[in-house]
Amino acid sequence: MTSTTFEQVRGIASDLFAIPPDRITAESSAETIESWDSIQHLNFALALEEKFGFQLSPEEMEQMRTIGEIVKLVESKLQVTPN
Amino acid sequence: MTSDSKVLDLRKEVDDFIAAGSANLAALRLAELWRKESGTGTAAFVVSRYEKLRDKLPWLRYRLAILRSFTVEPAIPLLRAAAFTNGIDLTVQLGDFNAYAQAIFDKDSSLYRFTPDGVILAVRTSDLAPDLWQEYADLDPDAVREAVQRVSNSFHQWMRAFRERCEAALIVHNLEQPARPSSGVLDAQLVTSQSAAIRQINQEIHRIVSEHRGVHLLDYDGLVARQGRLRWRDERKWLTARMPIAADQLIQLSREWLRFLVPLTGKIAKALVVDLDNTLWGGVIGEDGMQGIKLSAEYPGAAYQTLQRVMLDLARRGILLAVCSKNNLEDAVEALESHPGMLLRSKNFAAMRINWNDKAQNLREIAAELNIGIDSLAFMDDNPVEREQVRAALPEVTVIDMPDDPVDYATALRECPAFERLTLSAEDQQRTSFYVAERERSQAEQNFQTKEDFYRYLEQEAEIVPVLPATLARISQLTQKTNQFNLTTRRYSEPQIAEMAARPEWQVLSIRVRDRFGDHGLVGVAITRDKAEACEIDSFLLSCRVIGRTVEMALLSYLAQSAAARGRQRLLGWFLPTQKNAPAKEFYSQHGFHLHTQNGEGSLWELDLKQHPIAWPEWIKLNQTNGGHN
Repeated sequence: MTSTTFEQVRGIASDLFAIPPDRITAESSAETIESWDSIQHLNFALALEEKFGFQLSPEEMEQMRTIGEIVKLVESKLQVTPN
Repeated sequence: MTSDSKVLDLRKEVDDFIAAGSANLAALRLAELWRKESGTGTAAFVVSRYEKLRDKLPWLRYRLAILRSFTVEPAIPLLRAAAFTNGIDLTVQLGDFNAYAQAIFDKDSSLYRFTPDGVILAVRTSDLAPDLWQEYADLDPDAVREAVQRVSNSFHQWMRAFRERCEAALIVHNLEQPARPSSGVLDAQLVTSQSAAIRQINQEIHRIVSEHRGVHLLDYDGLVARQGRLRWRDERKWLTARMPIAADQLIQLSREWLRFLVPLTGKIAKALVVDLDNTLWGGVIGEDGMQGIKLSAEYPGAAYQTLQRVMLDLARRGILLAVCSKNNLEDAVEALESHPGMLLRSKNFAAMRINWNDKAQNLREIAAELNIGIDSLAFMDDNPVEREQVRAALPEVTVIDMPDDPVDYATALRECPAFERLTLSAEDQQRTSFYVAERERSQAEQNFQTKEDFYRYLEQEAEIVPVLPATLARISQLTQKTNQFNLTTRRYSEPQIAEMAARPEWQVLSIRVRDRFGDHGLVGVAITRDKAEACEIDSFLLSCRVIGRTVEMALLSYLAQSAAARGRQRLLGWFLPTQKNAPAKEFYSQHGFHLHTQNGEGSLWELDLKQHPIAWPEWIKLNQTNGGHN
């Protein structure tokens, strides 16, 4: 892997929220990103599922509060679901 | 993952090209990015960048309303991204959840105020018939019958009300079957089974759709089955977000929608141009010879036969086939004519370019020979370098991306939306034979001293009749597809044609032409409107295959005579120039019309019917049937 999980998650966020990757940090959240609304939240979850090939539960979708938390979530899911 | 860094580079290239003002190159890279990575994140990127290019490229604008009973929001960027790469700039209006019935019945609803070009009605079984979906075990046979009746009636009323209020195309989803019927394996054996009840509703929807013009059926149940019912569904997102479809299946729904939008917008391919070596057969004919190429009923040759079968299916749909191959002519022709494994023969190809020339140049020549625009060509070649060169030189050509394994070639071809059609006319099914006859005709033309001798030799017969229910689809199709000999290029849907034909001051006429080489079918349309003492030609168009043999003069003469017979003094007609209709530019002036008005859109021409009658070309025999002029 040439790019880290953080870079991949940040790439998705950059596409979805239409902001350059370098302006997205681990602390970025729906509070700091204006276009992060409920539909975009759903899109974010769908994009993660497509990219990493897992499914997110409703509880996990609620945990997706900051980019950093999303990276942790993805990493934990990738460990238990080898792919 | 190197593919990751590749798509990151593509994003950067796109932004660099946009910043540099290179719209065409940016669009090419966007299409490449979308082919490599068709997903939710990419869709957002792709749509936002296409929007920046919106005014710089000749996209076709299309307004689509979606009436739905479930969350489809995440599918919209996927649909818009795919539509952009097919040259369609979509504006989408989403109806509120389960507000579709009100939207259809209320004349002043936001649906109609949106003035859509097309509308999708996407309602799920569980929302429309919860009794049949989850309470089936509680229903007695009478209750099942009532439910089937109730749901079928709803569809009937919606479609009738919609057609009364709106001329837009309507795409109706049918109802999906449950993955696991409520009675388990017993369901298949019951007389009044759950699946039979839903099947019955779907048969009713099918019947109702066929009764309305411009209403098309989307086999949603078939789509779900194709992808797998269990994989399609995401129970968790259904319960939390009313989003019933799994993330990786949304793209399939958007692709299915696109299969309807491509023919509705006319962004279709009329001809498929194929390479030979390693495309129609395995190996290189010039090196491997007749014995060496792979083409038979056994693997690996069978993969190529499967591809050829798909091409025969396309030909039956009215799509012309052509060959463009870098080869020695003799080698290639020998294989085409006599290889025992070939399912396609020379007679199946409307044009051939077998030489060592540049493929883009060959494609231009093929388009000219077939009398179709370059944007009506699709190109299939196993060589990625040839594909890229064609993409760069002729961005308007639909280039089919070929998978690595020949076993997947047939699927790649079947999945290309440019070959989808929503109606099929008798003309479509015999199109290749028209072109083969045309080749004979143009050879015959060269043997005559004068044009008139040639016209007489052709023994043309024309039949000019008002629009009939049986010809409505073809007439609409001609207004949608004819670009070159078309005076005003006004596109009309079937309902619009029917509405004009119903008005007494409007005439909608079609012309059918036969000659000694065969039947051309319905090849021309003229629409006129009487205004006081004048008759104005709203539309006048002819298929290219009958241009240059005075058929256009015959149709115009007929219009002039019938307008005079209705007491009109003058015949008026606009010429509205487009990028493609130069062949029609001199039409009115050549037939004695005088320039009346000229403005930024075009020129209006006028003919005094008393002083300048237009002679009927005496070498064409007019056959009059049901309700022609007097």
